[in-house]
Amino acid sequence: MGDQVKKPLHPAAASSQPFQVTDLRPTERLFDDPEGRDRLEKALSRYPEKRAALLPMLGYAQERNGWVSDENMAEIAGELDLTPAYVRSVATFYTMYNKHPVGRHFIQVCTCISCHLDEAEEVFERFLSETGTRAGEISEDGKYTVIEAECLGACGFATAVQINDRYFENVTPEQVPAILDELD
Amino acid sequence: MGYPYSHDLEVGTQLSRHFGDERARTLEGWKELGGYATLPRALEMEPDAITEVVKNSGLRGRGGAGFPTGVKWSFMPKEPNGPHYLCCNADESEPGAFKDREILRWVPHLLIEGCLIAARAIRAEHVYIYVRGEFFPFSAILRDAVVEAYEGGYVGENILGSGWSCDITVHLGAGAYIAGEETGLMSSLMGGRAEPWIKPPFPAQSGAFGRPTTVNNVETLAAVPMIVAEGADWYRQWGTEKSPGTKLWCCSGHLERPGTYELPLGVNLRDVIYEVCGGAPNGKKVKAVIPGGSSTAMLTADELDCSGCYEGMAEAGSALGTASPIVMNEDTNIVSAMRRIAQFYAHESCGQCVQCREGTSWTAKILQRIENGEGTAEDLDTLYHLCVQMTGRTICPLADSVVFPLLSSLDKFKDEYEALIKR
Repeated sequence: MGDQVKKPLHPAAASSQPFQVTDLRPTERLFDDPEGRDRLEKALSRYPEKRAALLPMLGYAQERNGWVSDENMAEIAGELDLTPAYVRSVATFYTMYNKHPVGRHFIQVCTCISCHLDEAEEVFERFLSETGTRAGEISEDGKYTVIEAECLGACGFATAVQINDRYFENVTPEQVPAILDELD
Repeated sequence: MGYPYSHDLEVGTQLSRHFGDERARTLEGWKELGGYATLPRALEMEPDAITEVVKNSGLRGRGGAGFPTGVKWSFMPKEPNGPHYLCCNADESEPGAFKDREILRWVPHLLIEGCLIAARAIRAEHVYIYVRGEFFPFSAILRDAVVEAYEGGYVGENILGSGWSCDITVHLGAGAYIAGEETGLMSSLMGGRAEPWIKPPFPAQSGAFGRPTTVNNVETLAAVPMIVAEGADWYRQWGTEKSPGTKLWCCSGHLERPGTYELPLGVNLRDVIYEVCGGAPNGKKVKAVIPGGSSTAMLTADELDCSGCYEGMAEAGSALGTASPIVMNEDTNIVSAMRRIAQFYAHESCGQCVQCREGTSWTAKILQRIENGEGTAEDLDTLYHLCVQMTGRTICPLADSVVFPLLSSLDKFKDEYEALIKR
């Protein structure tokens, strides 16, 4: 991506950028640089009320930093004329906003009904043992966090696994080591 | 046709014909395949004339509830005194359902065209396509298609020189099942927790941003262009009087050929399971089927001779839902499967209503206890009691969604529960 000239972001796409990504560019503050201002203004332009840009901006915080910190929530609250407490009440409602840092590869194994009928529990256990982690914690090298996910909407392709913004489908426990190898 | 497999019983309309064909993802490729041919015609039609065609076609909402789409549209005010909105519900999260994602990722321009025609019919000036957050790869395809459609003059100001303008924004959710409920979706879109609200007011009176709003499912909107192009009678060549047309069936669980298939409504459920999907693999027998997504009542293998349409599945004691059969073979532990379903709803309850917040979580805990062999006979009574307490007493149907599979599993597979309790 780096040296290619990127097209300016179309406003219609300002609220739909992937926010679980590998190429993090951690930055403390969100809206002090032109990129952050651009994203905020384009998102605001799509809704009749400022508050509607809240989810897109929480996503943007995570897209940049890998998680959504209290400082980021306060900063978003300031831009959208909301209280930090309100922003937190929304951010904590949604499971996809990480309220704590996670490993660089955030591995979510669907264990809901159709994957449960497949081998989801075994796939989940295998990811834990291969990464040497317990559910939700960051591996020592900072590379992995593994959690169980509720239905990922890939029921016909059980077992489904999401790693950052990618889908892996029809995953068997035996494939887990190869998937991990491929991540780096 | 179906993806990844197809079958002779399928009807390959515009809805599924190009699944698996990457050309359909680009504006150029989609036009070559005959796309965007209906929009110019719709731009010459009066909004009410579009609604009339859809009403006559009998198209019913594909998000699960099955409400007649044209009737829903007709609730919108005819003389706007401010903006109207269309929300496309792409928050597909019902366990078992994975049909909308095939539309998003294979035929995004079909959805865009359907959104525009619907927006014209309800006099909406902005379409919000609310896609569940996890669907990054698919929402990216849709997002790129929307940008291309803007650049091609199909979306935005003065569409195709008609003088009519309409914007589309792709808006990502962030992992809340309840955002798929229409008022929950609008709460979320407006920057809130995805908490449903009590109706009335109905969305057509006061929806997103306090303005008249219609919320339609992805598959519903994707069926609109072909209905407007070919007419109501054409669409009614498939299906039944009360459930016209075709439906995407997304089939999962213990099946030889799981996947999405476009089948006429009224298809025999047994044929879907055994003919189309090849039955359970490795010569196993089918034990149970949850026919319409995890919130519908279980059917036993002996109950599958029913008509796969809204009224037919209701007659069989279940529901068509999103037409997402989850098939369980003879080795399946029904209590364990039911426990996993209950855990989902416990996790996804928004927490506003006590009956749902407490009911779903206690259901999951009790089922886990029974599965672990630590249940008592009293637990079964408690589960029945919870089913009563959780039905029809909440703002939205999430609590009822546990009751349907739970009650049916207790009634039909009681021996499995009792065997675990006696152990």
